[in-house]
Amino acid sequence: MSATAPDVAIVGVGATPYYRRGQSWPRTITELAGDAILAACEEAGLSVTDIDGFAYYSEAGAGYGDKFDTALFMETLGIPEVTFSATLTSGGGGAAGSIGLARAAILSGDANVVVTVMALQQARQRLGSVFAAAAPNPINSFLQPSGLSGPGHLMSVLTRRHMHDYGTRREAFAEIAISQRQNALNRPKAIMRDPITLEDYFNARMIADPLCLLDFCLETDGAIAVITTSLDRAKDLRQPPVPVIAAAHGGSRDWGRAFAWFGMPQETFASSGHAAVAKRLYDRAGVGPEDIDVALLYDHFSPMVLMQLEDYGFCKKGEGGEFVESGAIRYEGGSIPVNTHGGQLSECYIIGMTHILEGVEQMRGTAINQVSGAELALVTGGPASLPVSGLVLGKHL
Amino acid sequence: MSAGVAQALPGEGVRITTNPDTEPFWEAAKEDRLVALKCGSCGTFRMPPTPFCPNCQSKEKEWPELSGRATVFSYSVVHGFPGIKDIVLVAAVLDLEGAPGARLVSDIVEVDPDDVRIGMEVEVLFSPIADGWKLPLFRPVTSG
Repeated sequence: MSATAPDVAIVGVGATPYYRRGQSWPRTITELAGDAILAACEEAGLSVTDIDGFAYYSEAGAGYGDKFDTALFMETLGIPEVTFSATLTSGGGGAAGSIGLARAAILSGDANVVVTVMALQQARQRLGSVFAAAAPNPINSFLQPSGLSGPGHLMSVLTRRHMHDYGTRREAFAEIAISQRQNALNRPKAIMRDPITLEDYFNARMIADPLCLLDFCLETDGAIAVITTSLDRAKDLRQPPVPVIAAAHGGSRDWGRAFAWFGMPQETFASSGHAAVAKRLYDRAGVGPEDIDVALLYDHFSPMVLMQLEDYGFCKKGEGGEFVESGAIRYEGGSIPVNTHGGQLSECYIIGMTHILEGVEQMRGTAINQVSGAELALVTGGPASLPVSGLVLGKHL
Repeated sequence: MSAGVAQALPGEGVRITTNPDTEPFWEAAKEDRLVALKCGSCGTFRMPPTPFCPNCQSKEKEWPELSGRATVFSYSVVHGFPGIKDIVLVAAVLDLEGAPGARLVSDIVEVDPDDVRIGMEVEVLFSPIADGWKLPLFRPVTSG
């Protein structure tokens, strides 16, 4: 199979330093996001005044409890006119798909230079207890009283079913945590840079059995911005353009609100919910899993990486445990290197944006843990309430 | 490793709210009755309660009383809750007997977490929570 001809490209990425939870204060979240946007413009060789579109995800949420506002960005950064301002719905599931929203703006002629930004600051509300802290409403009243207080607690229930149905072992989740930590060791910005062993994993505190502390992503602060533009415009800019081969978001009703309703049929229950999006993404890209050279899979919780490997066809459904335990996802020696940046488990958690950034660096050939000869990168949004999303990036032009 | 007997969150701190779609469920629980929403037109069950039947789009609703028995579809052993560090909860997704396709998320109590299994049969009990409401909880089936 061969990839389809691209029409838009990522031309700039910008990031703040990465902080442990709450430590970015007293910088405001608007300052963090603005710094990332300015850095992305600088890298691209664009002026911030060239930005004419905003393509958000997570309902333009800025982490948990804060909201982005395009007009405030225009006011503080001096952006003169905006011709597109929209967001994907729901949460981190849309991270990768936000680049598809930017593409839609560009192809429709609504905008030309589109920024996607996410910032996370957990000075007031930490992610780990976000559901326990939510005000009761008629829908969450069927979930909240159970005491499943955070996203990892909810996904531990899916994980238990996967273990039951397919014999998946905790050793597989350990391998995901250990291999990603290995990938973070040489990264100056990574929050966690001490190696971990299988023994460390099994000694870690159980939070929501079968998930332990090392299955949970980090709680961190920071911001990342990505600039997408037309291929024509991209050719004159500072960076070699990284073409968007395909982007897709959405999903099937069988998954729906996922671990917020738990009504999924058995096979979908023990999954990442990405199967429908994966199929459409590959169809649009004209490629299959065998063509992907590096996979940046949203890793809020380690078992969801395993279930995405199944849904994206790197192994058969139910065989994710065996596949991972074979060493297949290792940067060195693996058949499909996964989360070469250390991911949200070990580098930093900014609701999926570090995966897009790593995908861009891999396709530029400038990644710290560069996959030699990589020509296609898969980037995914978080297994969560729909939409979930995926993105295929191509080698720089 | 035994974690002691599984508990539920202290009732006085558990708050729910209702809307016209969900209120009959909670009103029945107040009377120690477990009910589920059944489409009055095609008979498809759905939980949590929503305005339309996703199978036929009907708004006709029935609230049949169930046996109160359920089967554990999956579960998690939760260690701690914000403000209650040492609590151990067995949060479970349950298939409700007599309401195929309808699931309830609840806690299994009066059980050693090590003894819980997928496929285990449990039965409902009702526990007071804030504002005069009651919450359906479950325990292992003890009789018949």
